[in-house]
Amino acid sequence: RDFNERCAQCSEVNWGLTDGGRYYCRSCHNVTERTREVVNTDFMTNSRVQTISKGLRKQEKTDGGCEWYVCEGFQLVLKKQAEALESLGVCPQMKDEILCNFWRCYLQKSKQAYCNRPAGETVKALSVCESSTDVDSEPERPSLVHSLSLSESEGDLQTDCSFASSMSKVSESTSVYSGSVDGSLYLMKNQKEKLRMTMPMTLSFCYMALLWLREPITLSELLRFVVEGHIPYLNIFQHFPEKMKLCGLDLKIFCVESWPVYEEVHNKMLELAAFLELPRFPDITDSCFLHPDMLCIKYLMEANLPDELHNWTCRVVKKIGIGEVDFLTLVPGNKSTRKVKYDILAAAVIVVVLKLLFLLDDHYEWLLSDFAEERNKNNKEGGPYFELKKWYEVVKHSLDVEQKKLDEERAKYVWRCEKPLFYSVKNKSKVLKRRQIVVNLQNQFGKLSGSVRRAEKPNPSSFQLSWSEENTDGSCFHGHNLKGILQEKSGLLKAMNPDYWLCTVKLCNEKLCGHLAHYREVDFPQSYHFVLRLFSFLLRIPPSYIHDEVCMIEHKLFNKKLYKKLKYNTVLRK
Amino acid sequence: SSDEHKLNFKKSKEACLNYIQDAMLQKQWKRAAEFLTFYAESLEKDYSREHIGPSEMIWRIGTEILCHHSHSSMKEFSCFIEQMKTLGVKRYLKVCLEHVFHLLCNGQIDEAYQSLSLAESWRFGEQTAIQDKEMKLIQAYRGLLDYYSWSKQKNILLEHGLDGFADLSVEQEMHSCFRKAAMNLKEIIKIPGVWDLFVKCYVDLLEFYGDHNEAHQVLNEYAYNSRFPANPNAHVYLYQFLKRQGKSKKSLISALKILHDIVPSHELMIDFNTMLQKSKKRKKRRLGLEVIFAALDYAGSKENVKAWSCLARQVKQIVISEKHLDWIKQEWNSRKDWWPAFHFSRYLAKRNWQENKSLSYEKALVAGILLGKDCKYFKYVSHQGCKAQVKRFRMLKKFVNRHSPVYLRISG
Repeated sequence: RDFNERCAQCSEVNWGLTDGGRYYCRSCHNVTERTREVVNTDFMTNSRVQTISKGLRKQEKTDGGCEWYVCEGFQLVLKKQAEALESLGVCPQMKDEILCNFWRCYLQKSKQAYCNRPAGETVKALSVCESSTDVDSEPERPSLVHSLSLSESEGDLQTDCSFASSMSKVSESTSVYSGSVDGSLYLMKNQKEKLRMTMPMTLSFCYMALLWLREPITLSELLRFVVEGHIPYLNIFQHFPEKMKLCGLDLKIFCVESWPVYEEVHNKMLELAAFLELPRFPDITDSCFLHPDMLCIKYLMEANLPDELHNWTCRVVKKIGIGEVDFLTLVPGNKSTRKVKYDILAAAVIVVVLKLLFLLDDHYEWLLSDFAEERNKNNKEGGPYFELKKWYEVVKHSLDVEQKKLDEERAKYVWRCEKPLFYSVKNKSKVLKRRQIVVNLQNQFGKLSGSVRRAEKPNPSSFQLSWSEENTDGSCFHGHNLKGILQEKSGLLKAMNPDYWLCTVKLCNEKLCGHLAHYREVDFPQSYHFVLRLFSFLLRIPPSYIHDEVCMIEHKLFNKKLYKKLKYNTVLRK
Repeated sequence: SSDEHKLNFKKSKEACLNYIQDAMLQKQWKRAAEFLTFYAESLEKDYSREHIGPSEMIWRIGTEILCHHSHSSMKEFSCFIEQMKTLGVKRYLKVCLEHVFHLLCNGQIDEAYQSLSLAESWRFGEQTAIQDKEMKLIQAYRGLLDYYSWSKQKNILLEHGLDGFADLSVEQEMHSCFRKAAMNLKEIIKIPGVWDLFVKCYVDLLEFYGDHNEAHQVLNEYAYNSRFPANPNAHVYLYQFLKRQGKSKKSLISALKILHDIVPSHELMIDFNTMLQKSKKRKKRRLGLEVIFAALDYAGSKENVKAWSCLARQVKQIVISEKHLDWIKQEWNSRKDWWPAFHFSRYLAKRNWQENKSLSYEKALVAGILLGKDCKYFKYVSHQGCKAQVKRFRMLKKFVNRHSPVYLRISG
């Protein structure tokens, strides 16, 4: 891309980025010491560059706060999130190298901080900054922005006219009031141009980094951990140092009142990857956690389905080519390929397999189940035959219990935290008074509610439903076999079920209406809805997302037949 | 729907509210309290566009929970209410009033009085004018409590008075209570509304101190001023007052006239008929018949001996005089289709005879005249009565037999 030097070893110009953010020659795999840097010299002519040097920065304001910029705030957020992920088991490389580099790249690209530093020096400075846990102790508060400034030419105060005037604008007008220096400017910026940073985007950053490292956390899991409180997101300003006062428009930027939506985070991630002009992500091979074969194992276990079904999921994956490296690996900016949502894809594969084997038309699957039940009566040796009916009863019961718990949890969610927020100094006393009343009410009625105050949040776990083979009540179906529903034909195991119904005959144009299909519960069999509901719960996404993927898979799977049919239809019309 | 999965503050609190409602409907107060603790933080968010904001919700829900929860005390309740008062200045007086009602229901009269006094002295810019109605109510209820104090002291004095022991301070206090009560009660009843309790108390005060004119005027206003909603009780109070004052029959009758129009089934209709029957004016007597027939149209009067005796008396009198039989015919016309089954079935004949001989007597007379001597009711009762050798029943039988042609003329 912007690195146009010839390789020292082979004289080719064919660069890629290592995980560490260093350039390496693709032809001869020579790794350089060069890291990404801005080569263009546009900054000189760009009058809108904000250069913050030591001289301009006022350290202390009258109320004990200091000046801070919105991007500094977001940097802190990302840091906290990365630390949380690290404590969940993600490798430290994510925080120290990947996320850090992505962020730096973003700042460069969005010109929020000008960056021109000698190669090698920055990384050190950044990791000092990123990994320093005690920002307050630094007497001079070296912030990211500071270290990114021209360290040599400190003397030249690059007082940019527009910058200085915008500074005074902020302090003068009360309507664009914010604790941060550029809060109001930030909100006024043109979104499309520079991919303005938002709180949901912090999660996009995290996910992007996780994907780059191919960590075993899916996006749905990440979002679930956020909601469960293991990753800071809501009320993140609690973690801001005392000096960084948050008020006015900052609240609009940093205080969220809704949980991040899967699709939004995912789409932003893709936008971000393209914006940062990242190269092809590291390959998702079949030994990766995110590969559908691997994820299917996890989801089959969690759904309490027989392990044998894994053979079938692998067959489907192979048949339609969704296990291929090129299909799965993210290539930013490439608009032609549909972007893969690994978790949803795997869940959808399982749904398709269930449809293949059981039909799920609210009729056939129960017949099969009765059939298996009969055979189980005489079955003395080998494992039990899998009976869908029993499975349904067990899983439905657990699902209903968990769903009910989840619904109550959602209603009981505590959005505010102890640290109060005020839009302006004027309404500070009002806010504090209200808070006091709320606390009093909580105490008074808390005593009347009889139960102890909720225990600490549960430990983060990858599995929400667990089934143990040791249970003698037969509630675990992992080891059951599928003999009851399969038949052997010329050495191959085939499903007894000869039929299949397509979720939709024609796919919508995703670009136009946003979806491949439109799911309505009433239009489909209840068994199908149940299966969607199960995975919808596990992934915390609407059933329609999974339905979309199912449609996509089915159309790939039955492509030939569909194509024939369409062709036949067109021939007829002629 | 995918909307269900988008969880934000507002939706979360809506869901929370649903859980609270469910718990309250099922009287699970602990659970309701639990969810209320999570709902509380919606106070910190701006809901100015909603019809009912969280502060009002919390006030109402919290009140319900505290009323019913086994572990809550009046002290806790008062503490809660004090907080609620600070939350919504537009509702301040309303909250005060409801708190007072709650205290009264729990027998805490003194605390209620204090609360009312405190509320009366509340001032808050233009809100004071806006909440003028609530303020009047607060003053009225304080007046009411003053009345009760007065009443208590009056009783003390009367008792001691009999003993020949007069307490000057009690008397003075009593008069002071009277003044306070009278002032406030007078004010509220000026405003169109239903103020039965206030009116009664005020009139009681006035009568005690001998201001009958004022009392009369107050009751007249209450009953006849068209700005006030139609209220049967107003007429009842007026009638009772006039009766106490020994006013003329004419005024008593005119007082009950509207009551007959509004509530034909009222128990006072019996008195009304009694007065009308005795009147010299034909029109009045005619009205009397109408009144008593109308009163007996209602199930509530079915077993009212007095009502039946009134009707029987008047019917008998008409039959004997042989004048105005057409009156009976007119009244009977609209009733002949359903009164037989309603009042004069064989089943009722048996039951009335068993339970209440007098009732059956009166009814038998009426039945005999209206339906003839061969009707089920009359036949059964008179037969039973004669069998039991009760004199009046024999007389009854004779009477009806003698006047049996009348039936033909009525029914014709």
